Amino acid sequence: MRDVMDTIEHRNLEGYVGFANLPNQVYRKSVKRGFEFTLMVVGESGLGKSTLINSLFLTDLYSKDYPGPSQRIKKTVQVEQSKVLIKEGGVQLTLTIVDTPGFGDAVDNSNCWQPVINYIDSKCEDFLNAESRVNRRSMPDNRVHCCLYFIAPSGHGLKPLDIEFMKRLHDKVNVIPLIAKADTLTPEECQLFKKQIMKEIQEHKIKIYEFPDTEDEEDNKLIRKIKEKMPLAVVGSNVVVEVNGKKVRGRQYPWGVAEVENGEHCDFTVLRNMLIRTHMQDLKDVTNNVHYENYRSKKLAAVTCNGVDTSKTKGQLTKSPLAQMEEERREHVMKMKKMEAEMEQVFEMKVKEKKQKLKDSEAELERRHEQMKRNLEAQYKELEEKRRVFEEEKANWEAQQRILEQQKLDASKTMEKNKKKGKIF
Amino acid sequence: MSESAKLHPNPQGKGEKTHGSDFSYVGIDAILEQMRRKAMKQGFELNIMVVGQSGLGKSTLMNTLFKSKVSRKSVLPNPEERIPKTIEIKSISHDIEEKGVRMKLTVIDTPGFGDQINNENCWQPIMKFINDQYEVYLQEEININRKKRIPDSRVHCCIYFIPPTGHCLRPLDVEFMRRLSKVVNIVPVIAKADTLTLEERDYFKQTIREELRANGIDVYPQKEFDEDAEDRMINDKIREMIPFAVVGSDQEYQVNGKKILGRKTKWGTIEVENIAHCEFAYLRDLLIRTHMQNIKDITGSIHYETYRVRRLNESNALFSSQPSDHPAVQPKTNGQPEQQPSTLQANGVAAQHEALSHEM
Repeated sequence: MRDVMDTIEHRNLEGYVGFANLPNQVYRKSVKRGFEFTLMVVGESGLGKSTLINSLFLTDLYSKDYPGPSQRIKKTVQVEQSKVLIKEGGVQLTLTIVDTPGFGDAVDNSNCWQPVINYIDSKCEDFLNAESRVNRRSMPDNRVHCCLYFIAPSGHGLKPLDIEFMKRLHDKVNVIPLIAKADTLTPEECQLFKKQIMKEIQEHKIKIYEFPDTEDEEDNKLIRKIKEKMPLAVVGSNVVVEVNGKKVRGRQYPWGVAEVENGEHCDFTVLRNMLIRTHMQDLKDVTNNVHYENYRSKKLAAVTCNGVDTSKTKGQLTKSPLAQMEEERREHVMKMKKMEAEMEQVFEMKVKEKKQKLKDSEAELERRHEQMKRNLEAQYKELEEKRRVFEEEKANWEAQQRILEQQKLDASKTMEKNKKKGKIF
Repeated sequence: MSESAKLHPNPQGKGEKTHGSDFSYVGIDAILEQMRRKAMKQGFELNIMVVGQSGLGKSTLMNTLFKSKVSRKSVLPNPEERIPKTIEIKSISHDIEEKGVRMKLTVIDTPGFGDQINNENCWQPIMKFINDQYEVYLQEEININRKKRIPDSRVHCCIYFIPPTGHCLRPLDVEFMRRLSKVVNIVPVIAKADTLTLEERDYFKQTIREELRANGIDVYPQKEFDEDAEDRMINDKIREMIPFAVVGSDQEYQVNGKKILGRKTKWGTIEVENIAHCEFAYLRDLLIRTHMQNIKDITGSIHYETYRVRRLNESNALFSSQPSDHPAVQPKTNGQPEQQPSTLQANGVAAQHEALSHEM
């Protein structure tokens, strides 16, 4: 068997063929389809996350009418997502911002990263399931492509919470650490702080997002410059102020205006260019090729190892579609059987209930019947008693009558006797 | 006759008004001068505790307040930058002098507060420390042979640093202040205030004040300890402004030909002592120039007395509660008048406190 790859030669074309137009075709298709991007922002409340998002995308995702989740301090960590569709130059972008209000705000912050990890894993799982389905026509990509982690500008170094969080998330998502509210640091303090943070990141072996080297030397120079500035110190603002007759976005202080888009004041433009203009696609690719693959291999390894999977579906991609269909049909049948069994159960339960109810009412009726019988008996007894009394009275009265009669008779007899006697005389 | 009678009292009356060493002048007001001399000889003690998460500028603010390197970081040979695993309490004392007035300043730092992932009960070591200081003082006080002047290591004032989130107080802040406002004077400040614009600052302060009110937290100056209407007026003005939004710096820059303490950024220089920029000057005036004595008094006569009453009741000590309410006054009037300014004031406030303690 010859290895075909070894025999590929470079050939020069003798005319214009036209496949140089391929990128344009890809471009047109992508523009029609639109792009998706999911950005997660994590950090303690009050670090300017909502403001930065508004500044990055020049829209008020969080405005006065719909205040961001960070306006209220939550008791537990929530994960909230907001979707927005923005259009620019005919290209549409479905942007999903995932916010984590309550992160790091409580007194006890142990495991405050757990909801974040759960969210990321659930999105990966959704994608895995969608990929393993038979019908894959619409496969929305909701995986988190980038996580911006906000570091408070203490000027000293990373906090234990920062280190813990980044260590747990660096192999699940692209982590880009940012220094928030950077207008609180003087340039010297900022330099020291950045150095200290990078030192600690290397000490703890945290893998933050790395910019890939390109073939172009010019681009490489830019990328090296960006790498030196990591972590980026940002300031966010969507308020326009006037400086020297120019309208800029910035923050107005009594001692001056900190301009958001001024490269000397902060690294906001670097972040925006990197995130949106140059490396958005790369972030998505790394998410797909590295983080998602990590997740997938871990998940599938767990399944094939144990044979028992606690997840909802078994993603066995090595089976043929027919077997897959058979599997699905069997599953469906099982589901139906289960539903049937459940319904039967419910039916039985209802029957039992009804029976019980009838029994109860029967017992009730019997009781009442008993009671009535007793009532009647009691009445009967009473009446008997009365009758007895009455009979007695009657007997008494008759006896008396008889006595009276007897007396009368006696009296009449004696009268006759007397009469006879009287008559003789 | 009447003329001469009139003439007589007149020169006498003039003399009364003009000459000091006159008929009706007793000289009671000279006691102020005596007090001043005594105080200058003895010197003052002040113990300030700073509490807050790491990186909020506590050490820098202390250095700025006393215009010298008094913080823990400036004193220790190799200041550790790492966050300690448990809260430590580090106490550093300095003797500073200004215009002949000596002061023993003790700065108590609490590195590690609020820095861990789980900050449950992180206020315990601090409360224990404060109560220990009261205990030491109490033991010294009830000693039979006690020192002429009891060294005062009680924490007079606790400055609590609130991170400038701009939204509201965090649960940790509320918990800490609620518990500690009962044992020590708390002065909350918004740290690193150069991160807030003026509108954000006002909104944040309002939110904080509401939350303090809602949670029943009484920070210094406490409303119930205002002595009279004048005090109340001054303190009300202060209460409108707390918490102070401060910026600290120990670096000097030239601005308009003047040398000032500040922070230099690419878009401007923040002047620490400029009240248009931040409220550091108000804090300094409160702590040092106007209310230092009042802070010490409230610590001595109210917080300490509360602790004392509790302890003596607990241990069923020799003194019954009635006569022992004023031992600080009785023996001392027999002996030498030590710490006279605070004792005299304690008299006035102790009566108030007796009422408080009986209520309790």
